[in-house]
Amino acid sequence: MARIVLDGVSLAYGERQVLRDVDAVLTERRIGVVGANGSGKSTLARLLNGLVLPSRGRVSVDGLDTARDGAAVRRRVGFVFTDPDAQIVMPTVAEDVAFSLRRSPLSRAERAARVAEALERCGLDGHADHPAHLLSGGQKQLLALTAVLVTEPDVLVCDEPTTLLDARNARRVAQLLAALPQQLIMVTHHLDHLESFDRVLVVDDGRLVADGPPAAALAAYRELVG
Amino acid sequence: MTAGPPRVDRLPVRRPSPVHRTRPGVKLALLAAFTAVVFGFTTLPVLGAATAAVLGVAALARLRPRDLLRQVRPALPFAAVVGALQAWTNGPVAAVTVGGSLVVAVAAAGLVTLTTPTQDLLDSVVTATRPLARFGVDPERVALTLALAVTSLPVLARLAGEVRQARMARGAERSVRALAVPLVIRTVRHADRLGEALRARGVDD
Repeated sequence: MARIVLDGVSLAYGERQVLRDVDAVLTERRIGVVGANGSGKSTLARLLNGLVLPSRGRVSVDGLDTARDGAAVRRRVGFVFTDPDAQIVMPTVAEDVAFSLRRSPLSRAERAARVAEALERCGLDGHADHPAHLLSGGQKQLLALTAVLVTEPDVLVCDEPTTLLDARNARRVAQLLAALPQQLIMVTHHLDHLESFDRVLVVDDGRLVADGPPAAALAAYRELVG
Repeated sequence: MTAGPPRVDRLPVRRPSPVHRTRPGVKLALLAAFTAVVFGFTTLPVLGAATAAVLGVAALARLRPRDLLRQVRPALPFAAVVGALQAWTNGPVAAVTVGGSLVVAVAAAGLVTLTTPTQDLLDSVVTATRPLARFGVDPERVALTLALAVTSLPVLARLAGEVRQARMARGAERSVRALAVPLVIRTVRHADRLGEALRARGVDD
């Protein structure tokens, strides 16, 4: 597993302080992040692959600083967003997955094989030539996930990947995520998805207010939100 | 199993035909020449010949009429506005030739995108713009811009549809402001999220 270190991390957008003095070392295979809307949990997730940089402190992945080695960090840490529509770049399913490999040194045949394998793993192999924007919400999120997994990242960060999905598709995406060999860091409001995780972080008003095994951390979160 | 959409057609880029087999670079060059002729000579005979050529190539590519219509439909309101302006300033023949040329040019561009995998189109654009790299142009970025332009059309159409429905639900069907303001805001928000997703996928790296 990768070793992700947040060392005295604070982040502010102008006057607004979003994260305050966050310290954590993340090495577990399954880590959940919970918190109320606006608590700073999505910003915390974005720090992990250098999408946003701390105003103060340092974030590193296996010793690579997200501020200095952003490209190398992003090759190791894949990111899945809440809204899959904003992640689809190409007209068809297979082309969108292949887009992730556009700058890789793989040959055309190797890329095609990797894309086919990734689509099959995520249950989209029957949709390769379908227009991506006409897929259902659940299938679009699976496509967004496939487009990240095809690059074979060591770590996958997901920011509320099931929030826009119905219960059936949310369960399907959660099951797929749970079965991945990669280290997974998932921000979610679906607390039941975190029961089998190794560790849960609770974020409130930009601070890490609880951190531990799911049972204890989720109990603290439930108490916090009343 | 995931719940599937009611019906999703395969895109027709995989059908074998002489048009599909033609190299993307050749198709793009022919499209450029075709567009230059159509807009350079806006006469009824040229418009007629251009329309016949597009329909002939579409038949050769074994495209369904609805595939081509889907490509042309977004341009129809714009062509109608241009045609109306031409009718007002230059008469009815100019309205037909200029408005018609616009539609035929969009249909020809649609033929290229319908018969060419996007990755191949991007590779052709990268190859064609590589000489411009010495002037600071990033060929990959040009190709990406083209791809985003193609894929953003259905997204913008969906956003416009949602805003239109919201406007109707609030009883403001005739308010241009109630359409334009939320549409611009949602479009900018979509662009912002798309940019963030591209950064996450390493496009800026």
